[in-house]
Amino acid sequence: MSTLHTVNKSPFDRNSLETCLRLAGKGNAVLLLEDGVYGAMKGSNASSMVEKAMSDVSIYALGADMKARGVDESKIIDGIKVIDYKGFVELAVENDKVNAWL
Amino acid sequence: MSDIKKFMYVNRTAPYGTIYAWESLEVVLIGAAFEQDVACAFIDDGVYQLVKGQNTTELGIKNFSPTYSALGDYDVNKIYVEKESLEARGLTIDDLMDLKYEDEDDDWAEKDSIHVVSAAELADILEQQEVVFSF
Amino acid sequence: MKFAIQVNEGPYNHQASVSALNFVRAAVDAGHEIFRVFFYHDGVNNGTRYTTPPQDDINIVKAWSELAEKHNMDLVVCVAAAQRRGIVDEGEQERNGKDGNNIAAGFRISGLGQLIEAGIQSDRLVVFGD
Repeated sequence: MSTLHTVNKSPFDRNSLETCLRLAGKGNAVLLLEDGVYGAMKGSNASSMVEKAMSDVSIYALGADMKARGVDESKIIDGIKVIDYKGFVELAVENDKVNAWL
Repeated sequence: MSDIKKFMYVNRTAPYGTIYAWESLEVVLIGAAFEQDVACAFIDDGVYQLVKGQNTTELGIKNFSPTYSALGDYDVNKIYVEKESLEARGLTIDDLMDLKYEDEDDDWAEKDSIHVVSAAELADILEQQEVVFSF
Repeated sequence: MKFAIQVNEGPYNHQASVSALNFVRAAVDAGHEIFRVFFYHDGVNNGTRYTTPPQDDINIVKAWSELAEKHNMDLVVCVAAAQRRGIVDEGEQERNGKDGNNIAAGFRISGLGQLIEAGIQSDRLVVFGD
């Protein structure tokens, strides 16, 4: 079984991303959306936590939310895949369930 | 054909500061009538929901903490509390309400509903669920 | 696939409702079925017909009403949460002695059982909140 986890808050606002990464199973998918996309950026105090997690989970960021916030693809951690809502739906279908870390 | 799914209710907010703790409990109670395989997880500030000795008299709002004690009667007895969340907050199981249920498969023996589990154990438990409700 | 959607926050204050709208549209475009959209906590405020957002901004309530009509989508506002927050349909108006009602087109008020049922009957539950 694999889970799609969603994180919608910045790692500097809430501990949702940290808790999600602590409790996500190996091989799970994590989608950063809304303010959660800030967690995808390199060079922040949260970046190493995210980079470390990438050996266990696949991380995605919602492009529409990145664009809204002026977060360019060049500014995000290598290996994080930018997807659109169509991709979000596909991830929800491919995984067995969705777990929203609010 | 069985329609029984493994339902997990995730609680990560403290009581009273926001309504999520109470309104999520309402879902658990109503959901009990649907006879699914239910579990509740208390993580991060959610562990504060189970702290004993809540008294809201001076605040003037409803104290809903007694409702947790009723969960056992609703067949909700898989209440997982994350160890790391408790420890980070300087809490132990002794700070929490003593939630019990009567095990009909064991001559109605009274048992503890709260299971303090590590993050690794909780991750495994979460992986086995089929539907996750977040509040 | 059949999707159940849970929206925990009202329009504008949080992005949740817009994220849910966009997800639902993408799911429908991909040929999936939306079994039900259940509005809980402040999410019930998506069901008021009295919002007047600025002309140059998205009309979230209208967007949901239009989706409901176009796809015969079931938009349910939780009765307990609605009573707390003052979202009223004709039935609630009568039952609770209110002098009016404010439910938006396409929404209906019903119990939490609808959320549980959606969790049981759907293939995926997706929650949007704070």
